[in-house]
Amino acid sequence: MQTNSEIEFVTVLIAGQLFGLPIARVHDVFMIDRLTRVPLAPPEIAGILNLRGRVVTTIDMRRRLDLPAREEGRGNMAVGIEHRGESYGLLIDSVGEVLKIPAANRDPNPVNLDPRWARVADGVVQLDGRLMVVLDVERVLELKTLELAA
Amino acid sequence: MDDLLREFLTETSESLDVVDVELVRFEREPNNAEILANVFRLVHTIKGTCGFLGLPRLEALAHAAETLMGRFRDGLPVTSEAVTVVLASIDRIKEILASLESDEAEPEGGDEDLVKELERLSAAAAAEQNQTVGTLVHQVLERPLRPGEVSLDELERAFRETPGPEMSPPPPLDAEGERRSEADRRAAIRREEEQREAAAKAQTLRVQVETLERLMTMVSELVLTRNQLLEIVRRSQESEFKAPLQRLSNVTAELQEGVIKTRMQPIGNAWSKLPRIVRDLANELGKEIEIEMHGAETELDRQVLEVIKDPLTHMVRNSADHGIEMPEERRAAGKPEKGTLRLSARHEGGHIIIAIADDGRGLNTERIRAKAVRMGLISANDKLTDAQIQKFIFAPGFSTAATVTSVSGRGVGMDVVKTNIDQIGGSVDLKSVLGRGTTFTIKIPLTLAIVPALIVEAAKERFAIPQVSVLELVRVRANSEHRIEHVKDAPVLRLRNKLLPLVHLGSLLRLSGGEAEDGAFIVVMQTGNRTLGVVVDGVFHTEEIVVKPMASKLRDIATFSGNTILGDGSVILILDPNGLAGSLGGRLDSSEIAEQEQKGKARVEETDRPISLLVFRAGNDEPKAVPLSLITRLEEIDARDIQQSSGRSLVQYRGTLMPLVPVNDGVRIRTEGMQPLLVFIDGGRSMGIVVDEIVDIVEDRLNIEVGSATPGILGSAIVRGQATEIIDVAHFLPLAHEDWFQRKEMNAEARRRRLLFVDDSAFFRNMLTPVLKAAGYDVTTAANGGEALALVEKADGFDVIVSDIEMPDVDGFELAEALRKDPRMGQVPIIALTSHSSPAMLERGRRVGFRAFVAKFDRQGLIAALKDTPFEISKAA
Repeated sequence: MQTNSEIEFVTVLIAGQLFGLPIARVHDVFMIDRLTRVPLAPPEIAGILNLRGRVVTTIDMRRRLDLPAREEGRGNMAVGIEHRGESYGLLIDSVGEVLKIPAANRDPNPVNLDPRWARVADGVVQLDGRLMVVLDVERVLELKTLELAA
Repeated sequence: MDDLLREFLTETSESLDVVDVELVRFEREPNNAEILANVFRLVHTIKGTCGFLGLPRLEALAHAAETLMGRFRDGLPVTSEAVTVVLASIDRIKEILASLESDEAEPEGGDEDLVKELERLSAAAAAEQNQTVGTLVHQVLERPLRPGEVSLDELERAFRETPGPEMSPPPPLDAEGERRSEADRRAAIRREEEQREAAAKAQTLRVQVETLERLMTMVSELVLTRNQLLEIVRRSQESEFKAPLQRLSNVTAELQEGVIKTRMQPIGNAWSKLPRIVRDLANELGKEIEIEMHGAETELDRQVLEVIKDPLTHMVRNSADHGIEMPEERRAAGKPEKGTLRLSARHEGGHIIIAIADDGRGLNTERIRAKAVRMGLISANDKLTDAQIQKFIFAPGFSTAATVTSVSGRGVGMDVVKTNIDQIGGSVDLKSVLGRGTTFTIKIPLTLAIVPALIVEAAKERFAIPQVSVLELVRVRANSEHRIEHVKDAPVLRLRNKLLPLVHLGSLLRLSGGEAEDGAFIVVMQTGNRTLGVVVDGVFHTEEIVVKPMASKLRDIATFSGNTILGDGSVILILDPNGLAGSLGGRLDSSEIAEQEQKGKARVEETDRPISLLVFRAGNDEPKAVPLSLITRLEEIDARDIQQSSGRSLVQYRGTLMPLVPVNDGVRIRTEGMQPLLVFIDGGRSMGIVVDEIVDIVEDRLNIEVGSATPGILGSAIVRGQATEIIDVAHFLPLAHEDWFQRKEMNAEARRRRLLFVDDSAFFRNMLTPVLKAAGYDVTTAANGGEALALVEKADGFDVIVSDIEMPDVDGFELAEALRKDPRMGQVPIIALTSHSSPAMLERGRRVGFRAFVAKFDRQGLIAALKDTPFEISKAA
């Protein structure tokens, strides 16, 4: 990790917890209007939707992080990610601001972090009064596709 | 990877494919300087680039090959040995390229073996040339003479013995002059090569496939937006947007056509490897095989091309290996020793037909039958025709090759070929005559990007089913013959005395929602060689959808083949018929196969394209039908919602009052229970045609055999073996809204409107004719303006003419001008089809009297333009 550089993060809120996504990975932020469910898909996949003519696969971050499901009709924001030529949307509760964080302020994952979180977290940043978990976008998108109940 | 290297790799592997083909051709035509120049140029380019990129192994190998080829150019006899060494070098180059691609470095090792061999051949050539200096260049034809050919020696003798004009010997050249002329010759060749290269560069451009895909997506989006705009403008009576929107509409359709074109590639690209494969195979097996290719320029979607590449290669290998006999066997059978493989491709009605024909031994029906019996597919007593038996080669695990060679007969057989082709909605058929040869015919759709699909609903979710796999629709009725029965827990339907296995879409997809069976629809689907019924809650309409691939995270779900964005902007999933069939499990029995074979055969023999017809009952027992494409929706409404107003029946439908019209006097609009309706929506107006019962949706040809004088009925046709009245939808529209067509009284003249369709491209004639027929027109086609005028001359008039603009001889403008002068045809509306429209063209079109300009690919636009055209009764004048 470089010591003097700063990294910009887009902060998002998921079930009260603050997360940060490297701004370079965030393509756009959009409201989800109409979502098509995909039967037999892995449970984390919330569905697919049409975003300006592109089909976007959305991932329910609460499920991905093993958090309680959202209340119906609340929080329909998504962060758009481009990954290997495909469009993904991470379904979150709300989007916060863009933060510039000196790389030195990032601590590694605490060893006692829930393994399900540890798999997708890339360190924790100490902010004033709260902690921000940095999300590793690549690993967030690594779904166990074989989980399809056969 | 370095961009430069990546570019080099793509370019070089393409060039090498060309070199392969050209070399094989060159071996057969050693005196064709053009082929040699082409090969030489490609190898030279590869060598040059390798040196530039610092790839010593490749450079050394390419250099040695180039030197040998240079000798060929200088007149070295082309031997099979030399070509084999060059081909081996090319294979080595390919290997090196492959490891370059994976490791970004040349692999360890050397190519001394090949370089030495190449150098030996070059040196030998040089020696031989030195010996023959001063005499005629000794030309060797390294193959037996074909019938009718004479050897060069004989030809030479004939020349010498024939008395000719006295010629003075050429002036002796001094050494200086000789060198110069040699230098001139080389310079000329180089100049020519450079020119050719420059020409090639100027005309093509490398574009990332991704960029094209993205363009395609954007265009699809644009088309959807355009459709929404058109819909809005149609609703308003007079709008200043009308004219610019028509222009926008044309441009959009042209753009869509253009983008689709960029995805098209000549089928020759899938064939490029075949001559080499056949040559190597022939050498390996000791056979003589000639490969002929026809229609290599026929274009199809690159996605389709990718899918059929491997099956084609497999089939060609099969034909070369099993089809074509050994030379002695052929001689004994009185055939030329050299066997012929013929590949051909052509367009036919929105499909591409590819044929692979050999003049070999043909299929041994007895052996196939024996094997089928052994495998338990049929019993020894089954009576099957030869054609039915031959089709067993498509059954899984079926290979009758007596000896298993390294080439084929390894278990992956024709069943894999068939499955691949089925997957893209194609079909494969074969014809074989013992001792005469076998022909395989593959029929595949032009593009996978846009397919017609049936939109269905299960558990409140909508899904699309590709129309190619839908055989028919059956409505489930609790107390009718069409009810779902169960064997243990397996749902089945009795359909024409056969048990059809059923699967509930909702429960298969684990969607919540009851399995209300009464009133549900069963979509009868055919996939591969099995038939199944998919139970859905509702069926909407058929729509052309733009297929998008599933995201990689969802690709494992076998039930879906892709997704699409519908006209209303929502995304829906496309069901994969093979995946659905797979969910049923189990195998099908032989009688079913035999039946399917027969069905398949019947389908191949049908030349006319079948269309979907909605069959219903109304008033009397005689079934009635209407082309499904004309119906917007099927509805059942509560009879209590029907209101009466000034003698008309109306119902509130989607926020507007929709008039109801009984299809004939025998139909009573119900006062209680559910009332089935055929709903038509067009330009913001809707109408419900009242019928007694919706029976079925079937695929059949629409051939009206007996005309009708009854208003509202076009005539009678045989649909599914029953005489059926075909309803003239156009008759009912003005009954609901008087000004729907602004058309004149037609009840005395209730006939199909006659449409003359003029286009010089057989492709467009094939593509649009079924569309126009389905829209209710009696279509006559002409291939050019002259033919059209002759038809007009002979026939007693057409109601409307749709004509291409760009045609040879008499073009669309001239045709229109000529027609305007004809007193009988002067008033007939003409709609112009064009692939490019400019304001000047539109102006000229208006002057010669075109009613509308429609872009060629814009089928919906054409139908809309036809609907907007008021029809004069030409005979009434």
